[in-house]
Amino acid sequence: MSDFFKNPLSNPDNTARKQALMEQVRNELAQANAQQLMNNMNERCFKACVTKPGDSLSSSEQTCLTRCMDRYMEAFNIVSRTYVSRLAKERSESDSAPFS
Amino acid sequence: MAENIPKFDEATQKELAVFLEKEQTQAKIHSSVHNFTTMCWDKCITSTPSTRFSRSEESCLVSCVDRFLDTSIFLVKQIQERRGSQ
Repeated sequence: MSDFFKNPLSNPDNTARKQALMEQVRNELAQANAQQLMNNMNERCFKACVTKPGDSLSSSEQTCLTRCMDRYMEAFNIVSRTYVSRLAKERSESDSAPFS
Repeated sequence: MAENIPKFDEATQKELAVFLEKEQTQAKIHSSVHNFTTMCWDKCITSTPSTRFSRSEESCLVSCVDRFLDTSIFLVKQIQERRGSQ
């Protein structure tokens, strides 16, 4: 509140700048995250589905890739859930014995 | 160009620091999840991907993450014990 009186002109402007900055950080992190997922998935699914590269992707390879993509994302979610719940568990126990 | 942009006031700077620290923690967790996913996928998913995970594949993924973390805690304890006995 008192800041507002000290700096009546720049404050509303600062709020918008601050929010834009936060938004940019969030977007860039989300993009990096998606890119990492795509790269890892591409590697795994290529390895799993395209065992003998031919002139083009066969329809069975394409079916495999579609399934692999769904499974990879499912695996990511399972791992994420497991890790986050483990972190929460360790944190609740770590009031006596620190983790990490 | 950078000189034309006014500095944030102190309260905003503090708020941004807290925000960045939170995002950084989140990003670290995400990066671990990426690592675990590739590592555990390679260990657990050995057959051609089908329309759903088998029960054993799914439980393997869960155990893989938990055992990896157990391993990390175990090794830290071993090192500490060894240091203590020296």
